Amino acid sequence: MPFLELGRDLFYDYTLRTVAMGSAVLGVVSGALGAYAVLRKQSLLGDAISHAALPGIALAFLLTQSKAPLVLVFGAAIAGWIGTLLVISIVNQTRIKEDTALGLVLSVFFGTGLVLLTFIQKMPTAKQSGLDTFLFGQAAALMEHDVITMVTLGGISLFVMQLFWKEFKLLCFDSNFGASLGFPMRILDVLLITLLVAAIVIGLQTVGVVLMSAMIVAPAAAARQWTDRLGAMVALSATFGAIAGVCGAVISSSMARMPTGPTIVLCISAIVVASITIAPNRGLVWNWIRNQRERRKLQIEVVLNNLYALASQHADLRHSHSIAALGTMSANRSNVRNSLKELSSRGWVERVSSDEWALTPEGIVQAQQIADRGR
Amino acid sequence: MSLEGLQIQLIAAVVAAACALPGVFLVLRRMAMMSDAISHAILPGIVLAFFITKNLSSPILIIAAAATGVLTVSLVELLNRTRLVNVDAAIGITFPALFSIGVILIARYAENVHLDTDAVLLGELAFAAFHRVALFGLDIGPRAFWAMAAILIINIAFIKFFYKELKLATFDAGLAATLGFFPGLIHYGLMTLVSITIVGAFDAVGSILVVALMIAPPATAYLLTDRLSRMIWLSGAFGIASGISGYWLAHCLDASIAGSMAMMAGVFFSFAFLFAPRHGIVAIARRRVSQRWEFAQTMLAIHLFSHEGLPEAERESHVYHLSSHLHWEPDFARQVVRNAERRGFIRNHGGRLDLTDEGREMAQLALVE
Repeated sequence: MPFLELGRDLFYDYTLRTVAMGSAVLGVVSGALGAYAVLRKQSLLGDAISHAALPGIALAFLLTQSKAPLVLVFGAAIAGWIGTLLVISIVNQTRIKEDTALGLVLSVFFGTGLVLLTFIQKMPTAKQSGLDTFLFGQAAALMEHDVITMVTLGGISLFVMQLFWKEFKLLCFDSNFGASLGFPMRILDVLLITLLVAAIVIGLQTVGVVLMSAMIVAPAAAARQWTDRLGAMVALSATFGAIAGVCGAVISSSMARMPTGPTIVLCISAIVVASITIAPNRGLVWNWIRNQRERRKLQIEVVLNNLYALASQHADLRHSHSIAALGTMSANRSNVRNSLKELSSRGWVERVSSDEWALTPEGIVQAQQIADRGR
Repeated sequence: MSLEGLQIQLIAAVVAAACALPGVFLVLRRMAMMSDAISHAILPGIVLAFFITKNLSSPILIIAAAATGVLTVSLVELLNRTRLVNVDAAIGITFPALFSIGVILIARYAENVHLDTDAVLLGELAFAAFHRVALFGLDIGPRAFWAMAAILIINIAFIKFFYKELKLATFDAGLAATLGFFPGLIHYGLMTLVSITIVGAFDAVGSILVVALMIAPPATAYLLTDRLSRMIWLSGAFGIASGISGYWLAHCLDASIAGSMAMMAGVFFSFAFLFAPRHGIVAIARRRVSQRWEFAQTMLAIHLFSHEGLPEAERESHVYHLSSHLHWEPDFARQVVRNAERRGFIRNHGGRLDLTDEGREMAQLALVE
């Protein structure tokens, strides 16, 4: 029973438990806060923040000579925060558009971070190993105290999010209305971005700079397909993030040479694809079925209408006409026969001879109703 | 300066110029983040091609990577066309997924070969000069230089030949379509170009910093000019300048050359951001201040004009009255009066203000407008 074994491993295997816990916490926090980023069309801001964090990590190490997670995370947060504010001010102050500002800040900050990292590497006191884990993340190396840091910071972020629930909702959906009610929307904007920064920096160590953006965008994009309510979306997004985190951790531990970060990202990508395909109401399958049904309904109405138009030329509205005559009036001839069958099963038309069809009294009423609707 | 140093600078300059040219159109078409997406997403293409050829310098790698780049673009568009996710979210989902596939492929099947993710992400320009290329047994220089020079020439040729089409598709895609210029074709052509350039620059600067070279120089140029042709030239120049100054910065700090190039590109941008003559924030701030004074003077002229010759004119036209009527601080009011007097719009008779003919004309003009 492999599932039982897996359950036992999750429970008893210390490393796997720690990694799975850490990934789950990361998934919950980034999923919940990512929902706001996606709704506000700031999906790529997460990418910029995670790259912009690198010089902060390097500087924090340079200044304190400490590799304590809290110190590095703090440095990362400051740099990510400054990067975001720079993006916003470039967009607000100049004619440069958001995508360019994001790409610019992302790459220039990252380059600066790289310069600092290589500079540190070549210092005589170099003991920097561990700093570059932030590039790709090293979930397998997560320790219990790392997870405790993540839980604490993530918990605070989620608590603040909960505290300002109503305000953030306003910010997402109608910022101008919020401002007219007297809420300080700019401060709320910065606060929400600060929470996003916090969510990103606590994930950097696990999935790394490059893949962190997926943890922000993907759970939220998947959750969006299932619901139209903010509360449900945030909860679902957090759940998807957690599921992907645990699945990724378990899969990568059960296969040799399977890096954790990319595995988590592939899990969440699979959830996105599944959601886009099968989510009720919005999903592609659902959409396709609805389209088919609409098309069918339209075709039937067209045939009924045509038969009515032909019959109106005669004194008796129940005058019969051939399939060939109806076919010339329809764009798609092959559907005429099927539509007639469907109509006769509803009792709106009846077969007079092998090839001739006529409206029933009920069909005349229906056809008149459709004609009235079109008027 | 050593020969090797010179060669590295040459490579840096060619890479930067080759990146900056297609970057201009990415910036103008608001697709800058596409370069970030492509530069990450082509990893699985490179890895798969490497498995087939077992050779990192094979041209098939470039073709495979370029194909993956175009595939990325179409995947993003496919996701976006479902109308279930926004385009930015589509980008943010697509490229990490593809990049993850690449990383996993490397981790699982390519452990003992020279193809590590560090090199892909970061690049190392210092080693680029060591990979030489020989023609008829003669050493003619670093491979990276010739590869990027070829890509640079392709980029220049593409922009030269399709300049009109690119311009039209960038600034008015609808018109381009009605005139039969196939903006979609131009779009995919440009994306192929971007992919090829990114693959070529990979070796030298890595996948993240190639974004800096593609975006920062055009963004800098965009703040300095309103003409497309000038923007292209300026971008190339800023790219080359970032490349060479980045080399020297790295030389001084003994740090990553690619990182320093990105950093210098950022420094050039910061200068343009602050001091660009029309679009820099200093210029914008100064313009705002001067507009404020200009507006205040017009207000003053209109105020005096509307009370001129009426019984209350004596009271309304006094300096002290302005602060209550126009809600001006006394200091501000005095400054406005002084400026208006200097420009000959009003005369000040011991606090009582009279419009000159010029001032009256300005007020009338402003009221008509």
